[in-house]
Amino acid sequence: MSSTFDQVATIIAETCDIPRDTITPDSHAIDDLGIDSLDFLDIAFAIDKAFGIKLPLEKWTQEVNDGKATTEQYFVLKNLCARIDELVAAKGAGA
Amino acid sequence: MDLNYFRLIDRILDLNMVEKTITVEAQVPTENTIFEGHFPGYPIMPGVLLIESMAQTSGWLLVALLNFERMPFLAAVKEAKMRGFVTPGELLTVEASLVHEGSGYAITEAKVKVAGKLRSNATLTFSHIPFPNPDLRGHMDAVAKRIGFPQQALQP
Repeated sequence: MSSTFDQVATIIAETCDIPRDTITPDSHAIDDLGIDSLDFLDIAFAIDKAFGIKLPLEKWTQEVNDGKATTEQYFVLKNLCARIDELVAAKGAGA
Repeated sequence: MDLNYFRLIDRILDLNMVEKTITVEAQVPTENTIFEGHFPGYPIMPGVLLIESMAQTSGWLLVALLNFERMPFLAAVKEAKMRGFVTPGELLTVEASLVHEGSGYAITEAKVKVAGKLRSNATLTFSHIPFPNPDLRGHMDAVAKRIGFPQQALQP
């Protein structure tokens, strides 16, 4: 079974036509991979579907805009994958 | 339809909050300067306006599902297909269904039919935000009344 990062990296590569070998756990989705907010909706949709979760994009964006979080906390891929794992675990605990 | 004011929906025929689907009716006008230009001697509804009719139909579904608290805006159009011409005077039935509700975004699939036959379809992405000002909210309220939006579908 592939890791969360492998699945997310494949989603990003296929959705945004980015070479898979340029995507690493330390890649920042926006600053390094050049993904804009509209592309990120496509990625969020694919992630939501693949993992059965709902990425709280609005909450994350608000926290960044309010200065309570940095973009790195949510958009560096290893951190994004950690958030995804937390959401999957929370879903499992609530079921 | 009132093409000059970009109002492409005449009335809501059905809104199902459980199935998350909507069906609307839209009468293509027999005359409009759009048809005089598109095209002289061969008037047909522009494909982009068929997409807009699907977007407006989907938009009303989202307004309902979001309890009339947020305004949807078209963000992306995927796989839009124009399968047959739509001509002045035709009566369109436009259907839309929710594919996915994300955080601050939603995806719908929509179809335009004439006499039960598919003429156009598309997958649409919307971003949605709280109504940015009371004027827009008031305008949407007025349009909702005109097209028979079922207020009883909303949660108090």
